[in-house]
Amino acid sequence: MQDFWNRFRRDRLAVIGLATILLLLVLGLFAPAIAPYDPNQQFFDGLTLEGSPLPPGERFWFGTDTNGRDQFSRLLYGARTSLLIGILANGIAVIIGSFLGVTAGYLRGTAGAAIMRLTDLMMAFPPLLLAIALAAILKPGLAIIIVVIALVNWVQIARVIYSETVGLSERDYIEAARALGAGPLRILIRHLLPHLVPTITVYATLGIATTVLLEAMLSFLGRGVQPPTPAWGMMIFESQSYFLSAPWLVFIPGAAILILALSFNLVGDGLRDALDPTQRDRSG
Amino acid sequence: MIGYIARRLVASVMILIGVTMVTFALTFMIPADPVAMLAGRNATAQTREQIRHQLGLDRPLPVQYAAYVGRLAVGDFGKSYARKSDVGDLIASRLPPTLLLMLGAILAELMIGIPAGIYAASRRGGSADKVAMTLSFVTVSTPQFVVGLTLLYVFAYLLSWFPLSGYGSLSNLVLPALTLGMAGGGWYSRMMRSSMIEVLRQDYIRTARAKGMAEGRVLLVHGLRNAALPIIAMIGLDIGIFMSGVVVVENVFGWPGIGQLMWQAIQSLDIPIIMGVTTVAAVFIVLGNFLADLIAPLIDPRIRLR
Amino acid sequence: MKRLFVAAMAVVSATMFAPLASGETPKQGGAAVVTFNNDLTTLDPQVGYDWQNWSVIKSIFDGLMDYKPGTTELEPDLAKEYTVSDDGLTYTFKLRDGLKFHNGRPVTAADVKYSLERAVNPATQSPGAGYFSMIKGHDELSTGKAKEMSGIATPDDKTVVFTLTRPDATFLHLMAINFGFVVPKEEVEKAGADWGKKPVGTGAFKFVEWVPGQHIVLERNQDYHRAGVPYLDKLTFEFGQDPTVAVLRLGKGEVDIVGDGIPPAQFAQIMADPANKDLIAIGDQLHTGYVTMNVTQPPFDNLKVRQAVNMAINKDRIVRLINNRGVTATQPLPPAMPGYNRQNKGYSFDPEGAKKLLKEAGAENISTELYAMNVDPNPRIAQAIQQDLAAIGIKAEIRSLAQAEVIAAGGSGKAPLVWSGGMAWIADFPDPANFYYGILGCAGVVEGGWNWAKYCNKDFDARAAKADAMVKSDQAEARIAAWQGIFDDVLKEAPWAPVFNEKRFTYHSARLGGDPALFTDPIHIPVNYDYIYAKDGK
Repeated sequence: MQDFWNRFRRDRLAVIGLATILLLLVLGLFAPAIAPYDPNQQFFDGLTLEGSPLPPGERFWFGTDTNGRDQFSRLLYGARTSLLIGILANGIAVIIGSFLGVTAGYLRGTAGAAIMRLTDLMMAFPPLLLAIALAAILKPGLAIIIVVIALVNWVQIARVIYSETVGLSERDYIEAARALGAGPLRILIRHLLPHLVPTITVYATLGIATTVLLEAMLSFLGRGVQPPTPAWGMMIFESQSYFLSAPWLVFIPGAAILILALSFNLVGDGLRDALDPTQRDRSG
Repeated sequence: MIGYIARRLVASVMILIGVTMVTFALTFMIPADPVAMLAGRNATAQTREQIRHQLGLDRPLPVQYAAYVGRLAVGDFGKSYARKSDVGDLIASRLPPTLLLMLGAILAELMIGIPAGIYAASRRGGSADKVAMTLSFVTVSTPQFVVGLTLLYVFAYLLSWFPLSGYGSLSNLVLPALTLGMAGGGWYSRMMRSSMIEVLRQDYIRTARAKGMAEGRVLLVHGLRNAALPIIAMIGLDIGIFMSGVVVVENVFGWPGIGQLMWQAIQSLDIPIIMGVTTVAAVFIVLGNFLADLIAPLIDPRIRLR
Repeated sequence: MKRLFVAAMAVVSATMFAPLASGETPKQGGAAVVTFNNDLTTLDPQVGYDWQNWSVIKSIFDGLMDYKPGTTELEPDLAKEYTVSDDGLTYTFKLRDGLKFHNGRPVTAADVKYSLERAVNPATQSPGAGYFSMIKGHDELSTGKAKEMSGIATPDDKTVVFTLTRPDATFLHLMAINFGFVVPKEEVEKAGADWGKKPVGTGAFKFVEWVPGQHIVLERNQDYHRAGVPYLDKLTFEFGQDPTVAVLRLGKGEVDIVGDGIPPAQFAQIMADPANKDLIAIGDQLHTGYVTMNVTQPPFDNLKVRQAVNMAINKDRIVRLINNRGVTATQPLPPAMPGYNRQNKGYSFDPEGAKKLLKEAGAENISTELYAMNVDPNPRIAQAIQQDLAAIGIKAEIRSLAQAEVIAAGGSGKAPLVWSGGMAWIADFPDPANFYYGILGCAGVVEGGWNWAKYCNKDFDARAAKADAMVKSDQAEARIAAWQGIFDDVLKEAPWAPVFNEKRFTYHSARLGGDPALFTDPIHIPVNYDYIYAKDGK
């Protein structure tokens, strides 16, 4: 463990990534102390006389949104929702997807086929309809978002991991390990998983960005976080048509999502290298 | 092989039945009333009841479902509540544009993703890699509406290289396909890059290099083959993923596809259209995954179909 | 027996009207392109009931009556003249000579009878069937007991006689709404289920082609009964066009009218550009945006709470939120509607007074839900209302949903508060009665009805019936005064909180000419296609 941390620590980019994530977490947690305004306060003079949002300036650092609210304060509060959804919902999806994908790919046979047909079934549903209907059971809010995103996202991961596993498990060294009497669990953990980590990292990190946007879609349909609660995806979604006339409304929350996803990617790369001591050289 | 295909076909049909069933149940769980919307604000209770009766909405759900499946079996998707026209015809007229758009988007994804991924992997850690990686995150985390509007504003409005809107010619297809494929391009490049890096670590590559095999050949032959399986799986998944993307892209570019039809149907809860589009989409999604599984052993002969 | 004669002035008014535009004579010829975001559902006049197909249908079909272009003033259309009996129970219409359907067949009185019966016949599933309930025989036909309506007689090819079961002052308006437009039986039967896709009417434009999801093309009807109109030779509607993109296309000369209006995101920019000065027509609409309060459930069963909500909403801020494209509403009726009371200032913005009222009602710390449609700007307006309610201690959670869901929540009585924006859009005809029965009267208080406040006052219903029984021309003023009184009293009961009355801003290309009133016609939304013209026409 000490070893692992030492290796991780030496990766400058990974440390920067981790620090950024922590910073975002702190900003979200302490938003009430840091934010200059109430994120839901709609200022009468937060809009121009024609009702357009205000550009970034002295009073509103990141400008105002289409309701005349302080965008900086909304961004800080929005970190709470977006981090939770991006990390938790997508994390659940990655874990379920990877586990089922590897299992199906390694076992194959009837069990494998059953899992893959389940992914076909899940894939074939329009996620939006799923979300709309789920709201009949659950109250709109975080719970629905997390359930829907986890339900929707795991499928893709499972299929991609499955096909990679199928390819890997036909490799000679796996056959060799099997011949030497290694149990399935050992093969899975020692021989398959390390090779799958790059793919899993791609999904875990890029998935954060798409998840935050999916959240916006669900909120728009009235199934996600309901207004006025700020969330980064929703902030972009609500104002995307303003993108030519008030670009800050899209670029600022967009940058926040990008920074979050990139930071996770750096940490992911660092983790992989730290976990796999034989592959330390980054030159490839 | 034939046994495998037969088993997959049976499974696919069962999946489709499952999809229609769950979709049907989901649609009726939505607390919305298509009749109130159709009837408008001055209809009498009697008119509303008549419309409800004529749409068959006053029958028990299982009966409605059985009737639906019965009609579906003979290729009848029913009639749209709001449009009164045949849902099968509506979908048939909207399907070709959407399929064309998806095909264009897959092409765009591959043309962006594969070269970018290979290049980034070969320059791993270098500035080209970092730029490519950041760009892939930008494309993935930008909403399609914004991508579409930017492309449209720059290349169609300011530069006039492409038409602003419409359907019919190849020049109409470029921008919407690029918009839909942009995010996928980001995904593919990341996937390609990590597959390549994984390959480059393998002993056989080191051997190949040591033997003096040209670098480009090493990358292409071994790298592509290693990345091919997940990429093919991803292409198989694309149709499903595009189903929500086409709604936005078709709207921005005035593309007369299925996404626009579905979006209006969801807003007005036109159940026959929602059911029809879902069923047709499910057919294509299942088909996409099926083809992906069939192609895999052709690429990597070590894989056997079981 | 005193009879009222109204002569046909259509041609005169039309030619007098249009040249007002810019001192220019309208030109004959040319074409125009109109964009819409949503595809049209149907062009069947007896079925179509959304704001987009409403005016396209008006250009293809005609009724016995119509409105003078750009106004809310009734005039005969297919009818040459009409008479009303003293008791208001018999209406006799004489058709014009030489009327022809687009297929060349002359229009007869039987076509009028067929069309109205088609609207009422349950097989048609017409949302407007209930509008004709005063015609004798309506109930028999609508319940399937009869095949026709006994109250419509056609003594000869040019005469239609209506017998009513009760006098109804809105009857002439009903002869001008789409549901009563005249259709040729043979074409309806020939097209069968496709009738809504290939309409044949008598109107200014002939249907040419409909490519679903892409466009509809209409061409000038050479035989139109009003000489000289329409001016345009060709009219194209393009669908699936995002308004943001449509505005860019208008700038490039590809589009002539942005049917969905100017998107809020581009509004300030477009208005600030001096080049657009003559390209934006501004006009009143028959529209009120309001919040309904479900009076059957606490806390809104308490009048004081409802009044407090009316006083809590900062309407000025909401009007700014919609780019000042409207005026603050003081009462249920919009200013352009007969019966609007200019003296009635409504509830003024007074959060302190509202808090006091809540205290008196013993209803502090209220938690409730506000339903709103999820299309911009409605979620923003709902959030503004939410903040204003929070300021007086009412915590309202927003339910921002698809149109069909909000309508269902309102109709079932599940929604305590509904913001009407995007749904109860606009009056079907310019008469105060149209703002009452379905949305404020007892008739609308049923499962699936549109009276989302569930407000039913038998006394007001009786007064409304009495007002609508005043059918004589010398009673017109008294009738409007009666309606004004009803709406003033409704406001005191506060089942709604009226918020604003929308104004229409129509953005059109420099190629198009015509009086600004035509581009913001209160009846033809968004534009009266029949009277606008292309400056580059012949």
